[in-house]
Amino acid sequence: MTEDTKCLNPKSLTCDQFQTRLPELIGSEENLTAHPHLHQCPICGALLADLVSITQAAHMLFPIAEPSESVWVQIESAIEEEKGCLDPEDEEK
Amino acid sequence: MQKHRVGIYPLRKPMSDPRLSTHLAETTPCPPARETGRAAQTASSASPALSHPGEADLLARVRDGDHLAFAQIYSLHKRRIYSLCLRMVGNVSEAEDLTQEAFLQLHRKIASFRGDSAFSTWLHRLTINVVLMNLRKKGLSLLSMDEAMEPAPQGTPGRSFGALDLTLTGSIDRMALERAVKDLPAGYRIVFVLHDIEGYGHPEIASMLDCSIGNSKSQLHKARLKLRDALRSCSRKEARR
Repeated sequence: MTEDTKCLNPKSLTCDQFQTRLPELIGSEENLTAHPHLHQCPICGALLADLVSITQAAHMLFPIAEPSESVWVQIESAIEEEKGCLDPEDEEK
Repeated sequence: MQKHRVGIYPLRKPMSDPRLSTHLAETTPCPPARETGRAAQTASSASPALSHPGEADLLARVRDGDHLAFAQIYSLHKRRIYSLCLRMVGNVSEAEDLTQEAFLQLHRKIASFRGDSAFSTWLHRLTINVVLMNLRKKGLSLLSMDEAMEPAPQGTPGRSFGALDLTLTGSIDRMALERAVKDLPAGYRIVFVLHDIEGYGHPEIASMLDCSIGNSKSQLHKARLKLRDALRSCSRKEARR
C-alpha cells in the first residue's frame, strides 16, 4: 500500500488527517456519523457533534430586525440630492 | 457613478396606507436553502420573478419614477435587507448605512432588473455586493492570506481538550453564538453568514468573494471552529460561576 492510499483509507486516518478532511466531508453527502474514524475516536466525534450543533443553531440566529426610521429619511434625502445634481433645470424652477 | 433621472413625486413615509400594509405585508424569511442557496430556492417558487403580490406593478411604477411605489418596495424589503446587512457586519449603525446604500443602488439600477430571477433574490444579491464592496473599501480583505493560512484555532481543535464533558452537547446559547459570530474576523463571518445563515452554497460564495470553492469551505470550517472555541470558553466561564 502506498503512503497516499494509506492516507485515504478512512480506517487508518489519524485525527489530524480526519480533521484536515473535515471541511470537505461536512459539505459532502457522506454520512459522517458512520465514518470509520469516528468509531474509534470519541474526540473527533465530539468535534463533529459540536460543529453540527453550531450549524443547526445558525438557522435561528439574528431574527429579522427593523431599521430605524431615519434610514428612509436619509434615502429620500439622497434621492432628492441626486435629482438635484442630475437636473439643474428643476432646481431653477 | 451611474445616476438616473428620478421622477417628481411627493415624498411620503413608506407604507402609510394601511391597506397596502396588509396586502403587501412582509413575509417571514424563507428557511435556509442549504447548498442550493436561498436565492435559488426563491427563484424556483411558483411566481418565478416576484415574491409579493402586486410587486410587478410596483416595480414597473418604480421604473417610471413613481416615488410612492419605491417607498412601498422599501417597506416590503427593508427588514430583510437590513437584517442581512446586520448579520454581515454585526453593527447597527453600519448596517443602517449599508441598507441605505443598497436601496439607493436599487433606485439607480432598477431598470437593469429584467425578471430573470426573483426580485428578492436580485435585491438580496445586490445588497451582498454593496456590503462586500464596503468591506473592501475599508481595506478588509475578505479572504486574507493571514486568515486563510493561519492554523486552525488553538492548533488541532479536536484534541485541545481531553474530556468529553466540555463538548457543547447540542445545547447552544443563541445569544452567546450571536455574540461569537459578531466577534469573528470579517472574512470568517461573511462566509459563515452567507453559508450557514443565508443558505448560499460554496460555488455561489466563491463567485461572490472571487475565491476558490475550496477556500470558501476552508474559511467556513475555520469560522465554525472559532465559534466552537468561543462557545466552549463561554461555557467554562458559566461553569465557574
